[in-house]
Amino acid sequence: MKKFKLIFILITLSFLLSSCSKNNNIITLATTTSVYDSGILNDIIPLFEKNTGFSVRVIAQGSGQALKTGEKGDADVLFVHSRQDEENFMQKGFGEKRAEIMSNHFIIAGPQNDPAGVKHAKNALTALTLINKSNAAFVSRGDQSGTHKKEMILWDMIDIKPFAEKWYFSAGKGMADVLMMADEMNAYVLSDKATFLAMQDRLKLKILVYDYSEYMKNPYSIIIVNSQKHKNINKQGAQKFFDFMTSEKVRNIINEFGKQQYGESLFVCD
Amino acid sequence: MESILNAFLEAFKLVFSFDNEIYGIIGLTLTVTILSTAVASLIGLPVGVLLGSRNFRSKKLFMRVVNTFMGLPPVVAGLVVYIVFSSSGPFGKARILFTPLAMIIAQIIIILPVVIGLTEAASRTKALTIEETLRGLQIKGIKKYTLVLHESRYAVVSALLTAYGRAISEVGAVMMVGGNIQYRTRVMTTAIVLETSKGNFDRALALGLILLFISFVINSIMQIFQEVKQQQYENNFAGN
Repeated sequence: MKKFKLIFILITLSFLLSSCSKNNNIITLATTTSVYDSGILNDIIPLFEKNTGFSVRVIAQGSGQALKTGEKGDADVLFVHSRQDEENFMQKGFGEKRAEIMSNHFIIAGPQNDPAGVKHAKNALTALTLINKSNAAFVSRGDQSGTHKKEMILWDMIDIKPFAEKWYFSAGKGMADVLMMADEMNAYVLSDKATFLAMQDRLKLKILVYDYSEYMKNPYSIIIVNSQKHKNINKQGAQKFFDFMTSEKVRNIINEFGKQQYGESLFVCD
Repeated sequence: MESILNAFLEAFKLVFSFDNEIYGIIGLTLTVTILSTAVASLIGLPVGVLLGSRNFRSKKLFMRVVNTFMGLPPVVAGLVVYIVFSSSGPFGKARILFTPLAMIIAQIIIILPVVIGLTEAASRTKALTIEETLRGLQIKGIKKYTLVLHESRYAVVSALLTAYGRAISEVGAVMMVGGNIQYRTRVMTTAIVLETSKGNFDRALALGLILLFISFVINSIMQIFQEVKQQQYENNFAGN
């Protein structure tokens, strides 16, 4: 019995000790659910890991949450899409370096029968006005994410505050979850094109509004978290990831992503 | 340390802020948990007492099933409710998904086995003890079961408290079938998850403290109720 106890204690100790050691080969990437749910990381991360020997731990949150994670130093590098919040973040000194990597556009999706008649709207702003007028159900991200912030800007542009209306549902969830909910409820929803296309075989919803105006643009950036503010930031790893993402090779991968599956690329590198 | 102090301050501020949203969340939490526990008791108490007081051929098997379902992971109950009430499911037409009703249904599924199982255990021992007395007094049928329930009330109240505890601390199932929609299906547990995911740790901690407090108050009320009844019982004895 005594021998067993000793061996057990030794095994437990060795487990604990091994998990304690600082592993400089791990990079923590906080990204948005729309990036994660689009599937593009599945093409990029393994390539990065193979080329550099680093391993990447991906956390998918809303952009707002991801930026907070960076602020607290719980991630080394961020991949987000909330321009105003990002600029705030950099101004406050939480980030070391920032670069816009890729973009796509937001779309408005909704039920096939289109009760609010947005198909005929000339742009997204008109579409939202129609949705408000017809009291058609609309599901919002409600989670301070980049998509949510953009939605707020759009409502603001047409001077409508739908937040307490009976047809407005503020979910507080990620992009894929909100699309599922809007699908269930036959509701309209603002989504980035990439996540929608990645989810479309599971959804009855259809894209009803394509608007390529500047206000519907959805730019994604990479930010290296300020290693001077937090001691545990893997500065070397973050820099390697940054360089990788801004390289010509990856720009090509991003531009091609989705072309085969969906007939159009989901993101554009400009 | 600082954030815990902040949390207490924030909790205090929240409760007295007359913030309708917070009151709504607290109100919905109480509504959903109390309703589900009430329905589960209405069904579970009679079933539990009946099972505890009687013996039948497949009783052991039946009790084994009940006890297994006591350990049902709540999120599985949520998944089943989601599939059944989703628009592509058999009861989709009812449009119950993402409403408080779906949350109540899921919670009933989770705590009903708990109520039945614990009530059965509570009444089983009591039933044995007073079996002879009841037969002697020729008390049968509903009167018998009511008496058994009454005699085992201490343990039964514990069972209900356990069931209520399961309901109020549940987060996975109510998140799935409720959707955590602002003003409509957001309860304290799902609100805590959301605030944490937004990085508002102070607010999340504050909500957690309020949740603890509510749980504590309900537990205390039930226990005081038990003690009062016990005191009355003892007084009756002393008087005679």
